[in-house]
Amino acid sequence: MQAFVTRRIPREGLAALSQAGVCSIQQWDSDEPIPRSELLAGVAGKHGLLCLLSDRIDKEVLDAAGSNLKIISTLSVGVDHLALEEIKKRGIRVGYTPDILTDATAELSVALLLATCRRLPESVEEVKNGGWTTWKPLWMCGYGLSDSTVGIIGLGRIGQAVARRLKPFGVKKFLYTGSRPKPESAVEFQADFVPLAKLAEESDFVVVTCSLTPDTKGMCNKDFFSRMKKTSVLINTSRGAVVNQEDLYQALVSGQIAAAGLDVTTPEPLPTDHPLLSLKNCVILPHIGSATYATRSAMSVLSANNLLAGLKGENMPSELQL
Amino acid sequence: MRTLGRLRRLKTTLVPEFHGWCKLQASHAAGKQLPRIYVTRRIPPDGMKILSQSGLCNIEQWDSDEPVPRSELLEKVAGIRGLYCLLTEKIDAEVLDAAGPSLQVVSTMSVGYDHVSLEELKKRGIRLGYTPDVLTEAVAELTVALLLATSRRLLEAVDEAKNGGWGTWKPLWMCGYGLTDSTVGILGLGRIGAAVTARLKPFGVKRFLYADTVPRPDMAAKIPAEFVPLDELARHSDFIVVCCALTPETQGICGNSLFSLMKDTAIFINTSRGGVVNQEDLYQALVNGQIAAAGLDVTEPEPLPTDHPLFKLKNCVILPHIASATVATRNAMAALAASNLLAGLQGKAMGKEVPL
Repeated sequence: MQAFVTRRIPREGLAALSQAGVCSIQQWDSDEPIPRSELLAGVAGKHGLLCLLSDRIDKEVLDAAGSNLKIISTLSVGVDHLALEEIKKRGIRVGYTPDILTDATAELSVALLLATCRRLPESVEEVKNGGWTTWKPLWMCGYGLSDSTVGIIGLGRIGQAVARRLKPFGVKKFLYTGSRPKPESAVEFQADFVPLAKLAEESDFVVVTCSLTPDTKGMCNKDFFSRMKKTSVLINTSRGAVVNQEDLYQALVSGQIAAAGLDVTTPEPLPTDHPLLSLKNCVILPHIGSATYATRSAMSVLSANNLLAGLKGENMPSELQL
Repeated sequence: MRTLGRLRRLKTTLVPEFHGWCKLQASHAAGKQLPRIYVTRRIPPDGMKILSQSGLCNIEQWDSDEPVPRSELLEKVAGIRGLYCLLTEKIDAEVLDAAGPSLQVVSTMSVGYDHVSLEELKKRGIRLGYTPDVLTEAVAELTVALLLATSRRLLEAVDEAKNGGWGTWKPLWMCGYGLTDSTVGILGLGRIGAAVTARLKPFGVKRFLYADTVPRPDMAAKIPAEFVPLDELARHSDFIVVCCALTPETQGICGNSLFSLMKDTAIFINTSRGGVVNQEDLYQALVNGQIAAAGLDVTEPEPLPTDHPLFKLKNCVILPHIASATVATRNAMAALAASNLLAGLQGKAMGKEVPL
């Protein structure tokens, strides 16, 4: 059987694939994304595809692959780049990488929250340009987590891991919202399930950790920001499209909210002349949520094992239910 | 309606000030001179209010956001009873001599007092107030913020997003070191050190170690953390966090002898005082790959000159001493320092006093 790998992946993952003796491997062996034409050519006739979140696997790619394709394994927990309906129609299985990236992503979400509310990049800029003269009582003051209300949009694996990490910082109250209440998950934090509007109104920190679906697309928009406190901070480490970026820009510039931290944007990368990059109270990271050496290595091994299991028609370690 | 609101707010400020003024007039009428105090900076409103509404002192102040020049300080302290200072003023024999025998209390708006000569105060029977506890949460929070910003390369990544270095998602780009399954070593398990460990715990830290002048069994048991010698802390820690006071014993304690024993994947974080670290040794350790990265909120001197070699390193994050910088915390510090000062003037027990 033949597998196609759309990028250079951590060597532990490639080793797992090549040493299994299950398939031959064709690979776009580069750190840069595979050009569309190369992808369409490369998938032709393959039984398995190992891809990244930057590869749009739509009808065109699936048609180009043909009827051999039985397993798509993505090196991510997000699957919004996969045309799931088309994939399901063709009876193709999907493997993904939840759980093993939860810790690293939750850690980065908290890192981003703290960097934003305590103004780390801003203060580093001030230091560089000579703005640090001496210790001053009210210079560079930020917002602390003590006695705050934190609202989590999407109390899934990552949302819960974020809440767990925020708890000892003295958070007074956790709120959450989503498609439905999750009492088993919420009890650890005594978190209240509230409508989106109420979460906006009452939170000092809004953390977005939901998946991107037709329901969540553009959810954080003008109406949402208009309800938030002037002293509040928005953090998004889910997917860029959950946030309406033009509305966010207006909210930040007009002082409707205090600051925002984004690890995900639309598009990625964000063009360097994008207005959000010019704001002192907006911290933008280049989608590094799961970027620790240990996690990326583990993700590559898991995605390799998902692919191998799919090729052999066996149970996958992490299969997406379609 | 707005006028009514404004009038109400005016009343809230004016009435207590009026009462303070009345007390002042009463003392003058009674022939008593109120003790004079000197405040070395413009301070947050919660502190100023306590001082001005007390009616217990005449206040002179360097009402600026910039530090008081030394010459001005030496002139203005002559004959004062109480001195309210910041960590930027060196309170040594020269200042205390200039103040003269009237000085009975120094109140610093900080928890560190390495800028104050304890020996000289003790000699003269002068009391010292400071501000522990009220800043513990903000400082521990910023310490963890700095640790994460360093280990997960946030500042580097922010730059890449701005300067076009951000391409598409890549598996091994901008990878950092996670806290999961790590060993964290705390140098100085005091209030702030303990608060830092409480915040790091849910990140999946496997083991906490600490080094200190003496074991701290009560603090350590709650975490739990193991008491080890400094070189063992160096050898086994993935993250070292310095939270000790600056004393003659800790001056320069983080130097080549520490860095040479550390793992080359280890992260070094200092939010205590710049003087605890030998900065030349740190620079060498970072450049030679002896340790992976460092995050500093405190340096020697402050501010660190913008051409300092440490600024050139991508794996060194330097913050301008902002650990206690939230509006609520700075106001609480100011209020506590003010209360400490007033208590000292009245010969009463202070909220927080340094035992001399």
